[in-house]
Amino acid sequence: MLPSRFEYHRAATVEEAFALLDRYGEDAKVLAGGQSLIPLLKLRFAAPEHLIDVNPITTLQGIAEEGGTLKIGALTRHNELIRSDVISRGYPAIAAAAPQIADPLVRNLGTIGGSLAHADPAGDLGAVMLSMSASVLLRSSSGERTVLIDEFLVDTFTTTIAPNELLTEVHVPTPVGRSGGTYLKLERKVGDFATVAAAVTLTLADGSIGHAGIALTGVDSKNVHATDAEASLAGAAPSDEGFAEAGRLAAAAAHPVSDVRGTEEYKRHMIEVYVRRGLARSLEMANAG
Amino acid sequence: MDVTLTVNGSEHTVDVEPRLLLVHLIREELELTGTHIGCDTTSCGACTVLLDGTPVKSCTLFGVQAEGRSITTVEGLMDGADLHPIQAAFKEHHGLQCGYCTSGMMLVGAALLEENSDPSDDEVRHAISGNICRCTGYMNIVAAIRAAAQASAGETAVASA
Repeated sequence: MLPSRFEYHRAATVEEAFALLDRYGEDAKVLAGGQSLIPLLKLRFAAPEHLIDVNPITTLQGIAEEGGTLKIGALTRHNELIRSDVISRGYPAIAAAAPQIADPLVRNLGTIGGSLAHADPAGDLGAVMLSMSASVLLRSSSGERTVLIDEFLVDTFTTTIAPNELLTEVHVPTPVGRSGGTYLKLERKVGDFATVAAAVTLTLADGSIGHAGIALTGVDSKNVHATDAEASLAGAAPSDEGFAEAGRLAAAAAHPVSDVRGTEEYKRHMIEVYVRRGLARSLEMANAG
Repeated sequence: MDVTLTVNGSEHTVDVEPRLLLVHLIREELELTGTHIGCDTTSCGACTVLLDGTPVKSCTLFGVQAEGRSITTVEGLMDGADLHPIQAAFKEHHGLQCGYCTSGMMLVGAALLEENSDPSDDEVRHAISGNICRCTGYMNIVAAIRAAAQASAGETAVASA
């Protein structure tokens, strides 16, 4: 399959990318890992006139902890997340999600920034970032702004990024104190999109739940941030009943549809199960601390 | 648009449309047809090539993105007239039937052995989980990749003896 014709631009630096976006932004797509964009171009669901390849910009890659924030370069490949000691040590929800994204070959090219900017409701990292209150750094020739992921993800394939902006970094607050997290994904086979998936994080404060983060994949027109479920846990003593109630609230916040992967009823049930299990697993990790 | 890339050790400059996928550049411009097109939707791995040593799906990358990069296709596995250990092991252990997925499976196997000289069954199965075979049930593919690891270890032992 061939995409529609486009003009190809290679950016070697962010400044070059900004200049190209200033010129062509309205009619351009940024090409990062391409593992979602190229299939869309081939199916002609998207037909931009200009493609701006940012892969040569090596400064957009890398993972570093800095003053209570994990900064992940937008061009960091999924398999780099898996190989990162910083992530495996301190960010269990990311560490659990990364190996479950697509398949190993796709993970060699697919990037965190591309995945978030693509805003697919079936994207795994969107849910993880919602559960961790992450932000994205959007830069352009005229400045930069940091946008909370909740505000960034608007709807299917829709974000608040402006045509002249480039997503350059993902910022994840470093979990403080006793904490845990995980990502549970139900998929029919390797490489399939999630039937249902839940990203869960939990932080303990004096034996009670300080904060719980809960977000879902594949069960609405965007990743769902289950804020009612989170609020039901804040300040509470951890309990099986509390976790089950959070699962029910998360399921109520979602709008799954019946499709080849399962019925609406089944998906709601699996949200309950995965949120409950994810909280229990996160609590174990926090207690082991 | 001109793109200069190294394929199996030889540098090529070809003039291609930017929308041409790498798999088409390899098959149609360079006439290396060992790289197959299966699903054309990033699912099956029949088009796997090594991009600077890393396995990727060449149906999901534009040819122009290979500018300055080094590509290995199945044709690049042989060393002169000698089969690569992974090719010898696929032959010996019947790691193929129809052969359609084989070039991708062997390249993924070869890349795995570069990183991990003695992978377990689980590690092999994980590595090939982006490549689909509809004939073998995978048993012989896993056996072949593990046998190639053993053969390579044997060669190293002989070489250093």
